[in-house]
Amino acid sequence: MADNNMGWDEFEIGAMLRSFDGPISDVALKPQEERNYSPNNSFTASVADWRIEKPIFNKDYCIDCQFCWIYCPDVSIVSRDKKMLGVDYDHCKGCAICVEVCPTNPKSLLMFPEQEDEEAAIASWPEKEEKEK
Amino acid sequence: MAFDKMELNEVEVWDGNYAAAQAMRQVQIDVVSAYPITPSTPIVEGYAKFLADGYVEGEFMMVESEHAAMSGCIGASAAGGRVATATSSQGFALMVETLYQASGMRLPIVLNVVNRALAAPLNVNGDHSDMYLGRDSGWIQFDAYNPQQAYDLNFIAFKVAEDHDVRLPAMVHQDGFMTSHTAQGVHTISDDDAYNFVGEFKPMNDMLDLDNPVTHGVQTEEDWHFEHKARQHNDLMTKVFPKIEEAFDAFEKLTGRRYNIVEKYMLDDAEVAVVALGTSVETAVEVAKEMREKEGIKAGVIGIRVFRPWPFEYIAEAIKDLKAIGTLDRSSPNGAMGALYNEVAGILVNSGQKTVLTDYVYGLGGRDLTKEHLRGIFRDLKANADAGRPTTELQQFIGVRGPKLAYL
Repeated sequence: MADNNMGWDEFEIGAMLRSFDGPISDVALKPQEERNYSPNNSFTASVADWRIEKPIFNKDYCIDCQFCWIYCPDVSIVSRDKKMLGVDYDHCKGCAICVEVCPTNPKSLLMFPEQEDEEAAIASWPEKEEKEK
Repeated sequence: MAFDKMELNEVEVWDGNYAAAQAMRQVQIDVVSAYPITPSTPIVEGYAKFLADGYVEGEFMMVESEHAAMSGCIGASAAGGRVATATSSQGFALMVETLYQASGMRLPIVLNVVNRALAAPLNVNGDHSDMYLGRDSGWIQFDAYNPQQAYDLNFIAFKVAEDHDVRLPAMVHQDGFMTSHTAQGVHTISDDDAYNFVGEFKPMNDMLDLDNPVTHGVQTEEDWHFEHKARQHNDLMTKVFPKIEEAFDAFEKLTGRRYNIVEKYMLDDAEVAVVALGTSVETAVEVAKEMREKEGIKAGVIGIRVFRPWPFEYIAEAIKDLKAIGTLDRSSPNGAMGALYNEVAGILVNSGQKTVLTDYVYGLGGRDLTKEHLRGIFRDLKANADAGRPTTELQQFIGVRGPKLAYL
């Protein structure tokens, strides 16, 4: 709830929360940033502090295969029109599943300490691993 | 899918279970999620048969426990259906966790509770242990004394529970075997009149309203939990009785049968009275009449029709001229005074009146409450009224074998 001064008589009854402000008829077709999320929706809450390591995305190697988008258990991979854009750091818990499933060489997503600078991380990205002959 | 209507005689010979099942058919329950248990089994069995025979349009979910039964009801109710089930005793006890979920989520489920003792020792007969177990669960609790009332109160329960100003689940209690398996003449309501009395189910914040998505059963900690509970208590304290009164009035118009939140028998000039629940009310009324005729004791009876919310002001009004009251508690208080005693005492303590109050624990596990027991109680109460103080211990056990059991 957004307003901490709200009293017991101002709730809708029933231990229920609305996901959106007002009706929404075509929610499946709208990207998250265009949805009218209510303050009660978990989309508006940041749980970034649950994470100690974060995935950093390096678009130089990404092939837009969408594996990370499909496997992310918290819908925290942002992809639009099948183009990988990056990570939603408000909701990513740092589980590293996206890194695990990334098929490129080198990987297009790698885990770094939470405080790591993104540009520095990309500058120090590992080289392509040569297959052993 | 269509369903057939049933032609009922003006008076049918039904037991309490069948009467409740017929009411559930007539209001066209969408979902019954059930795990049958004695003595309530014929209620859900009855609904299932009506469904199989094409007399009702709905779903019967046979689940694996009473916990699952109420959970199924909660899901179906949150989805936006008219929902009911039935249980007793151990099954009720297993349901308790979900009873609080149902009421906190403000889902208007109707639960027929055929009252039965709680083990151990295991016992299938009627007492009020299960009813008492539900009294803090946030449900409305109606109490029927006979099959007719078990039938009628089901309609009342749906009408009140589903009202959008109330939206609280309701139990309809009847005594195991004494009411549930005793066939009596029941005045019926036609299918159309019965359905129209309760009306079409109007969903509220239902999960199947896809344009307005809602999350049901949310978590709140110390930040908001208190406010939700406060709202629920407030609505039970202030909104339920006016709606019950309205429903009782409308029901009287439809059927001529009058119900009251507190049923008063011969109280106008009564000096002494018992406060009772269930079938014992009818026996007590008979004995009170007899005591007036044969022993000159101005005896009356107070029958609790609505056990929750507790009708504090209605009872305060009913007992204001009494000199002695005996509360009849059909549940072992296990180390305290009976619930009816404590709750009536809570009314008396600030009333300024000097009324002697004593407690009788009786009928556990289906033990009969005989007329002779009640004669003894009324004589006790008369002696208390004359003395202006308790002439017996405050709590007595009635009808138990062995040495006299009395406390305080």
